[in-house]
Amino acid sequence: MKKCVISSMAALLLMMSVIPITAGTLDEVKKRDTVVCGVSTGLPGFSSTDEKGHWKGLDVDGCRAVAAAVLGDAGKVKYVPLNAKERFTALQSGEIDVLVRGTTWTKHRDTALGLNFAGVNYYDGQGFMVSKKLKIKSAKELDGAIFCIHAGTTSELNLADYFAKNSMKYEAIVFDTHDQAAKGFEAGRCDCLTADQSQLYALRTHLSKPYDAVVLKDVISKEPLGPVVRQGDDAWFNVVRWSFFAMLNAEELRVTSANVDAMRRDSVNPAVRRLLGLDGDKGQSLGLPNDWSYQIIKQVGNYAEIFRRNVGSGSSLKIERGLNALWKDGGIQYAPPMR
Amino acid sequence: MEGRGHSVCSAYALRVMSRSEAITRWWNQAGNRALLFQVLLMLSVVLFFFLIGATALSNLEKQGITSGFSFLSQKAGFGIIQTLVSYNESSTYGRTFLVGLLNTILISVLGIICATALGFLIGIARLSSNWLIAKLSAIYIEIFRNLPLLLQVFFWYFAVLRSLPLPRNSLQLGDWFFLNIRGIYIPRPLPEQGFVLLGIIFLMSIAGICALKIWARKYQEKTGTELPLLPASLAIFIIPSAITWFTTGQPLYWEVSSLQGLNFKGGLIVIPELAALLLALTVYTSSLIAEIVRSGILSVNHAQTEAARALGLPQRKILRLVVIPQAMRVMIPQMTSQYLNLVKNSSLATAIGYPDLVSVFAGTSLNQTGQAIEIIAMTMAVYLTINLTISWLMNRYNARVLLQEQ
Repeated sequence: MKKCVISSMAALLLMMSVIPITAGTLDEVKKRDTVVCGVSTGLPGFSSTDEKGHWKGLDVDGCRAVAAAVLGDAGKVKYVPLNAKERFTALQSGEIDVLVRGTTWTKHRDTALGLNFAGVNYYDGQGFMVSKKLKIKSAKELDGAIFCIHAGTTSELNLADYFAKNSMKYEAIVFDTHDQAAKGFEAGRCDCLTADQSQLYALRTHLSKPYDAVVLKDVISKEPLGPVVRQGDDAWFNVVRWSFFAMLNAEELRVTSANVDAMRRDSVNPAVRRLLGLDGDKGQSLGLPNDWSYQIIKQVGNYAEIFRRNVGSGSSLKIERGLNALWKDGGIQYAPPMR
Repeated sequence: MEGRGHSVCSAYALRVMSRSEAITRWWNQAGNRALLFQVLLMLSVVLFFFLIGATALSNLEKQGITSGFSFLSQKAGFGIIQTLVSYNESSTYGRTFLVGLLNTILISVLGIICATALGFLIGIARLSSNWLIAKLSAIYIEIFRNLPLLLQVFFWYFAVLRSLPLPRNSLQLGDWFFLNIRGIYIPRPLPEQGFVLLGIIFLMSIAGICALKIWARKYQEKTGTELPLLPASLAIFIIPSAITWFTTGQPLYWEVSSLQGLNFKGGLIVIPELAALLLALTVYTSSLIAEIVRSGILSVNHAQTEAARALGLPQRKILRLVVIPQAMRVMIPQMTSQYLNLVKNSSLATAIGYPDLVSVFAGTSLNQTGQAIEIIAMTMAVYLTINLTISWLMNRYNARVLLQEQ
């Protein structure tokens, strides 16, 4: 009896001194042979499942790029669908390795939540979608309107700021997921659906009559969306950040999934040779195989390809590159050189 | 001689006792030992929670996550659609907590009242001798207690809401009441000068009715004659208030809603989220309460009804004075559980955007501040407090209606 009590107390004490989940995500991912990636519960173009149940989208391709770089196989990803309220807790607690879920990079999230933003895979801004019947042309005409919003997003705060700035009144009905907010809008519960513009275009494709709704031209906020990792794990942070930069650099150097094999064989351009891991320090400093960036481009593609395929001209969303074009094409996507 | 023998005997007994006391140390005595283990258990429980807290805190710090309750005084910066206290975008997170708490209490109180009333009605109807009424109640109970509550919430919100018209084509009752997809609009009473006097007169007439009832009861106990109270009560209820109403010049102004721009402005509005959630909670819980009422009534021995009938009591009085009071003893503990469930179930509000505590505080506030542990702990404490209070009140009521055995 006494022994039992003492030993159980000791076990309890041992359990208590659990080491927090910090360093070592990269090693853990290699050992597990899967990247666990937090995505949305379904947002066409960014992360949603197709009719066969495969995950597709710009954010999903971010996850696949990391898996291709670390494990050499873009398919080795386990997707965890999260709503906006769950996402940070899931990452903080170590349930997921990386969060790629249209998450806006803000000071508070970057500094107070124990998280780090590894880059910006989509520059967005908050917009408004209204029914065509209302004949509204500008956001300034929305005084007294009722809004449907997705809970736990920066949209809630931006909306309040915008209406306070313009001394207008509004009411907000807050839903748990994008889909429910869109349903509330479709039912006519609110006059206007507000979210990041890319999300509005995506949600519009889900309405029963998509062309009865218009997205207004007004953009009321800056929304840099990007992949997020836990603070204090620099090796993993580097891997996620450079997986994305590799896709941007590939676009700049015109290396695509179609020509990457030929480029790897024939190219004499030193920048291309460094990108594909033929020269320079290759994957060593990242703790990755030498062909890590080659695998990303081969299996996932460069940034232009994933953009076109998921949200651009090759998709039903038909979003222009706009801010998301490379800096030399008039956008602000810019990756540091690979050397 | 006899006395001496006795003293020798007791001296021997004393010696034996003191020896045995020396053998059994204090920790070997059953009572002390039990106490010792209780204290040890208590200490280890306290230590357990202290260590959990300390570990969580140090882990949060190591991960660079802010902790503590200072966020409660920070500006929240988002709007809430239904607030019972004044609130705007520049209010603090502490205020959002209060707003959410009051909205949760509102839906819980309304839900408990409506579910109890409807549940009693259905439960009694289920035992009706009228075949159609009894069967309809049975169908009602079986449908609503067997469907998941979340599904019912969605049904009332999305299915029923969708069939309502847009503000421009509102259904209306006179120029006063409007119903559309944005809610139910009713006139808002705005008290003017002289309203206080009306209020005092009104309260006094209610006190008068109570006094009349007490007097009539005493009179009945003394003489056995039952007085017809209804006309007198109605007269006391209406006449003084009506006179004051007209002499003070109708001191109540009704603000009516009207369509301005996109939506109705002015008046009182019941938002559809509240209506749908209340409907779902009421319908679901009433189907469970109806069964409790039925079981309570059936638990009262039929001989009681027969005895009451033999005394010549009419059917309605038998139910009110004989059956229900005895049925209450069986019903109250189960009703308490249903009330507790209703309060907990009200957190499904978050699915349809009713701004209750879970939606506003454990939802939006949690996400904006990221302080999950503090906010979830506060939210849990609230539900615990509300439910313990309900339990306590119901237990007191239960103690009162318990059979006073002699």
